[in-house]
Amino acid sequence: MSEIEKAYEGGLATSVERPIADPGIEPHRLRMTDKDEGAAKTAERVIASLFLLSIVGAIIAVWGFFAFPITDGDLSATRNGALWMGVGMALSLFGIGFGAVHWAKSLMPDHEVSEDRHLARSSDEMRAQAIEIIKLADGESGFTRRKLIRRTMYGALAFFPIPAIVIFGDLGPSVGDTLKRTMWREGTRLTKDPTGIPIKASDVTIGSVFHVIPEGLKDLDHEIKLNEKAKAAVLLVRVNPEDLKEDPAKASWSYDGIVAYSKICTHVGCPVALYEQHTHHLLCPCHQSTFDLADHCKVVFGPAARPLPQLPITVDAEGYLVAQSDFLEPVGPTFWDIRND
Amino acid sequence: MSTVSEKKGGFLAGTANYIDERVPVGSVLKNFGRKVFPDHWSFMLGEVALYSFVILVLSGTFLTFFYQPSMAVVYYQGSYAPLKGVEMSIAYASSLDLSFDIRGGLLMRQVHHWAALLFVAAAGLHMLRVFFTGAFRKPRELNWVVGFMLFILGMAAGFTGYSLPDDLLSGNGLRIIDGMIKGIPFIGPSISAGLFGGEFPGTEVVARLYSLHIMIVPALIIVFVGLHLMMVIIHKHTHYSGPGRRDDNVVGYPLMPVYVAKAGGFFFLVFGVIMAISATFTINPIWNYGPYDPSPVSAGTQPDWYIGWLDGALRLAPSNWDIAILGVVLPMGVLVPLIVSLVFLALVAVYPFVEAWVTGDKREHHVLDRPRNAPTRTAIGAAGVTFYAVLWAGASTDLIAVNFEMSLNQVLIAMQILLILGPVIAYWVTKRTCLSLQRKDREIVLHGRETGRIVRLPHGEYVELHEQVDKYTLWKLIDFKDYQPTLARPDKKGKITIMARVRAKVSSIYFEDRIAPVSKTEFELAHAEHAPESAQIQEKPKAKRKPKALASK
Repeated sequence: MSEIEKAYEGGLATSVERPIADPGIEPHRLRMTDKDEGAAKTAERVIASLFLLSIVGAIIAVWGFFAFPITDGDLSATRNGALWMGVGMALSLFGIGFGAVHWAKSLMPDHEVSEDRHLARSSDEMRAQAIEIIKLADGESGFTRRKLIRRTMYGALAFFPIPAIVIFGDLGPSVGDTLKRTMWREGTRLTKDPTGIPIKASDVTIGSVFHVIPEGLKDLDHEIKLNEKAKAAVLLVRVNPEDLKEDPAKASWSYDGIVAYSKICTHVGCPVALYEQHTHHLLCPCHQSTFDLADHCKVVFGPAARPLPQLPITVDAEGYLVAQSDFLEPVGPTFWDIRND
Repeated sequence: MSTVSEKKGGFLAGTANYIDERVPVGSVLKNFGRKVFPDHWSFMLGEVALYSFVILVLSGTFLTFFYQPSMAVVYYQGSYAPLKGVEMSIAYASSLDLSFDIRGGLLMRQVHHWAALLFVAAAGLHMLRVFFTGAFRKPRELNWVVGFMLFILGMAAGFTGYSLPDDLLSGNGLRIIDGMIKGIPFIGPSISAGLFGGEFPGTEVVARLYSLHIMIVPALIIVFVGLHLMMVIIHKHTHYSGPGRRDDNVVGYPLMPVYVAKAGGFFFLVFGVIMAISATFTINPIWNYGPYDPSPVSAGTQPDWYIGWLDGALRLAPSNWDIAILGVVLPMGVLVPLIVSLVFLALVAVYPFVEAWVTGDKREHHVLDRPRNAPTRTAIGAAGVTFYAVLWAGASTDLIAVNFEMSLNQVLIAMQILLILGPVIAYWVTKRTCLSLQRKDREIVLHGRETGRIVRLPHGEYVELHEQVDKYTLWKLIDFKDYQPTLARPDKKGKITIMARVRAKVSSIYFEDRIAPVSKTEFELAHAEHAPESAQIQEKPKAKRKPKALASK
């Protein structure tokens, strides 16, 4: 038994006497290139050809760069350029790769050799010396002896990273109530996404779906436009009023079978963009949460838990659809204090 | 005084001497130049991961020269006609320019993306190789943890890079991350605000992900790769069991010249494959998706493959299951997948320590197990792979339903059931398969290989002849480590601790069903029964790939 095998306990390992002794590494088998000088010469030529092929590949790649100048509106140059540069470089890489590996496998020695291993641990002597060094350093510095220095140093080391954490405080402003309100207000017109054209109630036929943004969103600064859109996007659908199972308290939130619901999934915030007309189901394509539009967008399937918030709507004097107010509950993914106002 | 250096030879010798007198590379070469590495195809998986990373650094550096991580608005004026005049972020516009207005840009983008997909795939397969062969055992437990960190960092690098083009698809991915973060109790909304610089999507996140993607994550990967390789050199590579392969040696070929040529050449082969794929197959055509907008979404979208299992976990989450305690809402549709994936990852990270605790084996192990010879470990691995695979398939429930014309709801429910049952079935089937394979090995050792030759004996009986295998094959079949379950034993104070009981229980799960290696006595008894000629062990190794027709003659 070697040093490695007997140095430590084997735990639950059993010990069985092997039926035969380790026969040692298998005898070496000669390759054609070892036996036949001609075969070795052929291998040499093949390897050299592969390296030459690699040079050809590099040339093709350079040609590919210059041969297809970019022309506005013509994508074939982009496509062909990428193709020929790529094919050339691939050829160039394969030439070197196959050449080197073939060289190793056919001409370099293939005798398996054995090298000894040693235990990972340092020798006892080494360890003793290491411990000596630590003790010496401890004595010389007085690290253990001088408690006051040691403890204040621990304190300092514990405090110094705090500013490094605090300094990141301005990564983002405090959330405040931004998660709980959107830009919908009483009288805000419902407009089409992305054109911003207001929608008349009479334009909404039964079964049709409108992707809606609040009036004025389109003209916001780009910086805040997407933030507001990520909360205010609405899906507008008209269903046969008889199909609606309306909660009496919310009956006034719809207008003649036209209902508006937040488009932002209450699971993790994807746009709930798929509407199935005959079942009145809304489906989120990301994780398949399904909401029943006819029943206040209750969750009927999938990982979401809250119904999509409903936007109370009505029509203004000109017959355009407008919001009665903001959403009465937060839109989008659930967060911990969503129920506190 | 005598001079140490003697000037001899030409320019090369002179240069070598110049360098060695200042930095003693001679001793480095002497120590490492003939280091032995064992040869096996499965050892190349880690190499593929390493080389993919090098290719990522090379192609990524090219991309940084042209890409601009800004979310400021711009109206596209590049040469891709369908998007002309469209309002978009500079990040998206510069990604389009990289694709259409910079020669080689599209190719490098695709090289970068394909290499990223390959990097995580190769790292994952390498982890599986290490797991199923027991290469994580002492002294390599810490290197397993380092490798695990690399796998996580690989996913992090992938995700931070995926979102940089600021296109519709990746933006929806970020939206999902935002939704998950917001679901974390108490700190979620603040973390989200910190990441996005306020409300989602804000104008900061791309630049922040860019810092993470090109500095912090790759720097960490380089540090961990360094540690990983350093430990490989310190421990020397493991080798598969076989004649002459022991725990105290390493059998293989020397680094110089064989592995310099093989591994060096292999880098070019991996690069060549990625280049060939990137030249001919489109990946992530961001121009089809359009700039990010929180309102539109396309159906049937998929994340990059390595994020799939997390997305699947989100889809398979329980329905309608928010919990409210004292006004604090816990969105289980987010928290359950988060916790399940974190627990899964934690189990992967600590497995080597669990197994070491169960076996109590403190020895160093350098000879790899054949997976069949560690049935319980292999079964646990198969259960883990199944769990991951179901989550991963879960990310495609909609595509499965559409393509196979099935009900989306039923596909999802089937996946939920499979997520629980699948690992159990995989565990049982794998364990039984391993034990059967071990039994087969045992039969071969004791009675030889079936030759298929039926012989009629003088008294009329028909028997099939068995042929003893050669001693090299035989050694491979008998040389493995075997453990047996333990009882809960009292400690020094005479008390049976709870831990001892648990360990006894777990050890019986591990080793209750076991096939012991053939002992010398069994072997001799079995061979005494057979005709004396069949007991002769073949001295010569059998020629590999002998045609079947010849073998039966």
